[in-house]
Amino acid sequence: MSDVTRATGTQLVKRGLAEMLKGGVIMDVVDPAQAKIAEDAGATAVMALERVPSDIRRDGGVARMSDPEMILGIQEVVTIPVMAKARIGHFAEAQILQALDVDYVDESEVLTPADEAHHIDKWAFDVPFVCGATNLGEALRRISEGACLIRSKGEAGTGNIVEAVRHLRSILGDIRRITLADQAELFEWAKRLQAPLPLVQEIAETGELPVPMFCAGGIATPADASLVMQLGAQAVFVGSGIFKSDDPAPRARAIVETVTNFRDAAMVAKVSRGLGDAMPGLEMGSLETRLADRGW
Amino acid sequence: MKVGVLALQGAFTRHCDVLTALGAVPLEVRTPVDLEAVDAMVIPGGESTTMSMLLDSSGLRTPLAGRMADGLPVLGTCAGMILLAVRVTDGRPDQRSFAAIDIDVRRNGYGRQVDSFEDEFPVAGLDGPFHGVFIRAPVVERVGPTVEVLARVDTIPVLCREGSVLVSSFHPEMSGDGRIHERFLDLAFSV
Repeated sequence: MSDVTRATGTQLVKRGLAEMLKGGVIMDVVDPAQAKIAEDAGATAVMALERVPSDIRRDGGVARMSDPEMILGIQEVVTIPVMAKARIGHFAEAQILQALDVDYVDESEVLTPADEAHHIDKWAFDVPFVCGATNLGEALRRISEGACLIRSKGEAGTGNIVEAVRHLRSILGDIRRITLADQAELFEWAKRLQAPLPLVQEIAETGELPVPMFCAGGIATPADASLVMQLGAQAVFVGSGIFKSDDPAPRARAIVETVTNFRDAAMVAKVSRGLGDAMPGLEMGSLETRLADRGW
Repeated sequence: MKVGVLALQGAFTRHCDVLTALGAVPLEVRTPVDLEAVDAMVIPGGESTTMSMLLDSSGLRTPLAGRMADGLPVLGTCAGMILLAVRVTDGRPDQRSFAAIDIDVRRNGYGRQVDSFEDEFPVAGLDGPFHGVFIRAPVVERVGPTVEVLARVDTIPVLCREGSVLVSSFHPEMSGDGRIHERFLDLAFSV
């Protein structure tokens, strides 16, 4: 019986893993040693990449999918899910990541885009995809392409939370407004957002995105994590914020404990003590490249 | 019927929704004080290593073990099953479980995410099959003599009961079908 009814790579199974990652911290790591530190600190998953965003920003050049050897090395040392990034539109990189059995593919603006008009057709894959979004229209276009998890983009590699807050407020604010719209207004919302009408209608009914929404880009402290969770993120991605700080392990752990107890300020105060310096931050005005502008 | 749902990490809100629909009162449990108010407990899916770390940092591990030793009914799904098992293979060496049900499990025993699946199977005592969602699910490798196997997929146990402890390797909170939770509430509150 089960051989007939068993199905892999379904939307439920793909979105299901995102459900399991809620209330957790996904950490960027560049080698097995960092992956181990992340798992020890309570990360729910690691994102394997060659350079953390702040180094990509500093070094410039073309940022690509990681070396498969490095991804396999990380898969060997941790038991938690391993995610990896493919360039926007680079479906061949995504195919390779699927062949490597990564647990989630991040079609990411942190890498240099491979296609200036098209994102990957994510329905064609069994591996689930997470995509970034700066506003609700972008989120819904990614979902219509098959993304099973959305992360607000923020501005990666800056240690500055301001863009993450802007993107979260934009997405969640529009969701709240749509729940108040009447039927006729939903057509206009779909037009304005450049998003499929059925997804807009679904939001009007449920009051939430059809897939989980996490936050990325600029989280450097437990307080940052608490802020975005209180704004409505369901989990956080931390990139440069951990391994570019003074003392990564305790900071990683403090952010994990914060995401569980994000409404408990006394608890966040307790875990924030004595963490040393956070990563150096960047003002938005000083940036040459805005990674969040990548994606269409 | 106050049912605690361990809310350290994972799919706890989904469980709360199913319990509410069945007329129970779900309470999110993050601290030992939260635990005092509950008459039964759900340990949800998520990452068992993360939850295990947070059980220690929250101070919940000892009081929760104590309540279970006193007969607190518990439903554990996926990571929850791992945390309630006796022995866990392919986990972290420092990972500790409650040994609340006499089974051994292999973590991620079905493989990585691309091997995650949905399947339908009969459940002892339920009319009609249950549609289960298995996400990086554990495989039950040993079942003790006092454990009742309520469902299997391809001969592997996927739903087991011992006393008032019920565990599943699948995610009953993801199927839009409350019958497993209903079964748990019967188990917990019928006596």
